[in-house]
Amino acid sequence: MEFEAVIGLEVHAELETRSKMFCACPVVDSTVAQPNIAVCPICAGMPGVLPVVNQRAVEYALRVALALECQINHTSLFARKNYFYPDLPKGYQISQYEQPLARHGKLVIVTSQGERLIRVRRVHLEEDTGKLTHVSRDGQAYSLVDLNRAGVPLLEIVSEPDLHTAEEVRQYATALRSILRYLQVNSGDMQKGVMRIEPNVSVRPLGSTEFGTRTEIKNLNSFRALERGVAFEIQRQIEIIQKGGQVIQETRGWDEARDVTFSQRIKEGEDDYRYFPEPDLPPLVVEAEWIETVRRDLPELPAARLLRFQQNYDLGSYDASVLTLEPAVADYFEQAVQAASGIPPKTIANWITGELFGLMNQAGIGIEELRVTPEALAELTRMVVQGEINQNTAKAVLAEIFESGQPAAEIVARRGLSQISDADFITGLVQQVLSENPDQIASYLAGKETVSRWLFGQVMRLAKGQANPQVIQTALDRQLQELKNRPR
Amino acid sequence: MSTLTELSLSEVTTGLRHGNFSSRELAQAYLERIERLDPALHTFLTLTPELALVQADQADQLLSDWRKNGGAAPSPLLGIPLAVKDILCVAGVRCTCGSRILENFIPPYNATSVARLRQAGMVILGKTNTDEFAMGSSTENSAYGVTHNPWDLSRVPGGSSGGSAAAVAAGLAPLALGTDTGGSVRQPASLCGVTGLKPTYGRVSRYGLVAFGSSLDVVGVFGHSAADAALVFAQMAGQDTLDATSVELPVPEFQPDASTKPSLYGLRVGVPGEYFITGMQPEVEAAIHQAITILEELGAVIQPVSLPHTQYALPVYYLIAPAEASANLARYDGVRYGPRQPAEVMWDVFRHTRGELFGPEVKRRIMLGTYALSAGYYDAYYGQAQKVRTLIKRDFDQAFTQVNLIATPATPNTAFRIGEHADDPLSMYLEDIFTLPANLAGVPGIAFPAGFDSKGLPIGIQLTAASFQEDLLFRAAHAYQQATDWHTRRPSLNQS
Ligand SMILES: [Zn+2]
Repeated sequence: MEFEAVIGLEVHAELETRSKMFCACPVVDSTVAQPNIAVCPICAGMPGVLPVVNQRAVEYALRVALALECQINHTSLFARKNYFYPDLPKGYQISQYEQPLARHGKLVIVTSQGERLIRVRRVHLEEDTGKLTHVSRDGQAYSLVDLNRAGVPLLEIVSEPDLHTAEEVRQYATALRSILRYLQVNSGDMQKGVMRIEPNVSVRPLGSTEFGTRTEIKNLNSFRALERGVAFEIQRQIEIIQKGGQVIQETRGWDEARDVTFSQRIKEGEDDYRYFPEPDLPPLVVEAEWIETVRRDLPELPAARLLRFQQNYDLGSYDASVLTLEPAVADYFEQAVQAASGIPPKTIANWITGELFGLMNQAGIGIEELRVTPEALAELTRMVVQGEINQNTAKAVLAEIFESGQPAAEIVARRGLSQISDADFITGLVQQVLSENPDQIASYLAGKETVSRWLFGQVMRLAKGQANPQVIQTALDRQLQELKNRPR
Repeated sequence: MSTLTELSLSEVTTGLRHGNFSSRELAQAYLERIERLDPALHTFLTLTPELALVQADQADQLLSDWRKNGGAAPSPLLGIPLAVKDILCVAGVRCTCGSRILENFIPPYNATSVARLRQAGMVILGKTNTDEFAMGSSTENSAYGVTHNPWDLSRVPGGSSGGSAAAVAAGLAPLALGTDTGGSVRQPASLCGVTGLKPTYGRVSRYGLVAFGSSLDVVGVFGHSAADAALVFAQMAGQDTLDATSVELPVPEFQPDASTKPSLYGLRVGVPGEYFITGMQPEVEAAIHQAITILEELGAVIQPVSLPHTQYALPVYYLIAPAEASANLARYDGVRYGPRQPAEVMWDVFRHTRGELFGPEVKRRIMLGTYALSAGYYDAYYGQAQKVRTLIKRDFDQAFTQVNLIATPATPNTAFRIGEHADDPLSMYLEDIFTLPANLAGVPGIAFPAGFDSKGLPIGIQLTAASFQEDLLFRAAHAYQQATDWHTRRPSLNQS
């Protein structure tokens, strides 16, 4: 029997506003900040305090909802989601339930099977919880509560169960992250937990319209974990059903080391959070005018930029999508193109996605930390195109700019790396190589054509790698031809 | 010096301004009276004499500066003592909410109402007794013992703001703050023979009011007269950026008419038949009709009016308030403040802390509310209650198209004996039957003395107005108090 996976994603993205959702505490990086440094009576849930909505957080949420082409509810409601946990100061989370901020959005993703449209069910605002750390010291086990994160604005983006493969899940998450970064509302750093993705996965016989029992996967803290976790879970469920078993509704964790999901909590029916409208907050009213202002101020989004890159810079869809995923990369590319007038953008794209990304990956740094300015890369590219240095030299120079940040011209001059294009000089080198290697010439003339490649290498070696390969090739071809034509 | 506590508020204000006595002397007089009389009454849970004297000295400084340099007259509340219900936060002062679960809780912030009164220069004497988390009508649910009614020590003062009401009635504070979720200001005001105002929902910031029923809770005030209460109201009312449900509307100033018969000409007063029920104390009914006659004599037009959904107020209230309370009280888990009952595992810490430190009435309401919100019951209980609440609100909207004020008894009976309702929560709940509807509708109400029964216990009348029309309540209650002297009567406490 063939199976189909049905997957929906719940994405929680912290909104990186200056202050928290309902109080004036600053939003800090809770992975590095001193515990409980950004806490006040309101986010600590002390008696008698009240929440006040951070309008900037609403604006950020609107940006995302509009970027996902959602319908915005002019009036949405906050609700209390009740449950006990030590990281939840009030014993309830202020969230949105029956009337969320936005509904009915969509996101188009590109997969190896082509474009797919994924519907977004809802986008709503809520507050994040604190963090627990479990400690064992002197034989005593206890937990520490850090409320720095408690009350940080959180956006929940829920997809319809429109995803069917691990690849689609990854592409959806990647596209969403890209949008969040373009909108400057979230860094998309899954390691730091500012973006958290929880897929719910079920499988069913292909062609069936009924849903199977679903499981939810938690603590996936990278895209790799997301893709592998989903793939594992799909396979696990298929195997259970094939063996005649039944999938249990449960929350499963991802074990990064063992590459498996494991049972965390079995759900007997739905959790009862006893939602009810938050009496401390009036309905959240978003005037049409405000929506229009936010819409007008939306930056160019990844999809539009990708299309523009393809059209304006004559890039293929792969290059364009790689360059537009990160707004900073796209900006870098465009700055380099601008600085290198007359150089084909495709050439610059190749340098960025090839050499530059390679160096960045090796060093483990992002584009923001890069010492190679777009102008420097443009200059380097120009030198190659205009034959001042050859490709290999350029790679070496780039590696040095990457380390030192020095201008390309300076490195080339200092190290005497300028390319030799003098035809007479190169012809002399060719003649020298030919006269010193009569045996190779003989075998070439006997029909062993590959000898010409070896001869090319010998000439380049004599030129210390700086000769223009085009000029060598021409001179070599011409002289070999002469030898062939010489009567024997 | 003890005579200072017998002066009217306007006499005190005048005396302070003229320098006839100091705010310090005034505070000391009250503190001495508290020390003498409160052991029998138990109105205060925490006294703050050091704080009071520091604040009084600051007031005296301002008063003396003003006498020296002139300028705008200081607030009439400058240097005046205030008692605060122990459910409103005063920075640095223990706030128990009448519960063991907050036994040692010291808030680092002021309630906005408290902050605004402090800004006017009021002097805080201490924190008064309350039913645990304001859940009750007698203070019998306080974890720290019951408050006694100054008119009869064997009787309750009403509740939940019973400590504040009794303190004002006994002359232990000229003014006191309470909170009113279902009648917790008006009912004890009625039972203690003082004036108690419940403002419109949203009129006074709830910031720093430890929440019970968030959609119902209002900060109110007790005084000996409507004019006194109006001063405190004016100072604490108005929008607050810390409370998103506080309303941005101007607070009209109430100027009391000093004549003995201020005119109520032009006011229409509705009398709803639904509030004169069988089973209520006949003396109460008679007194209220008598009081309504006086309002008529002052020029008001009296007419019948109907609030047809009144009978549903009690069940609606006992679904909505406990539902909200069940969430509001979830934060008391022993993790961040308050006592913690140790246990091996986390869930047992919660279980023991909450199980052992909440009192029975609080637990009863948490369970009621949790049930009303549960999946499968929500629509039938909480959801249905919200719909009926809308109908009750509509009753008032409708009535206020015909009349300016609604006059009713504040309570069906005068003060009951301590322990009288101890085994029957429902009969206790019925004590608030006339005050609950105003909270559900959000409208303002005022209760004030309108006579005494044959046992010498105060009877209270309640006036209700449309939202944000507290000034009408003050006008009518003040006129009544100019024409009568019930509000000037004091219990005799010296022999007790
Ligand atoms: Zn805070």
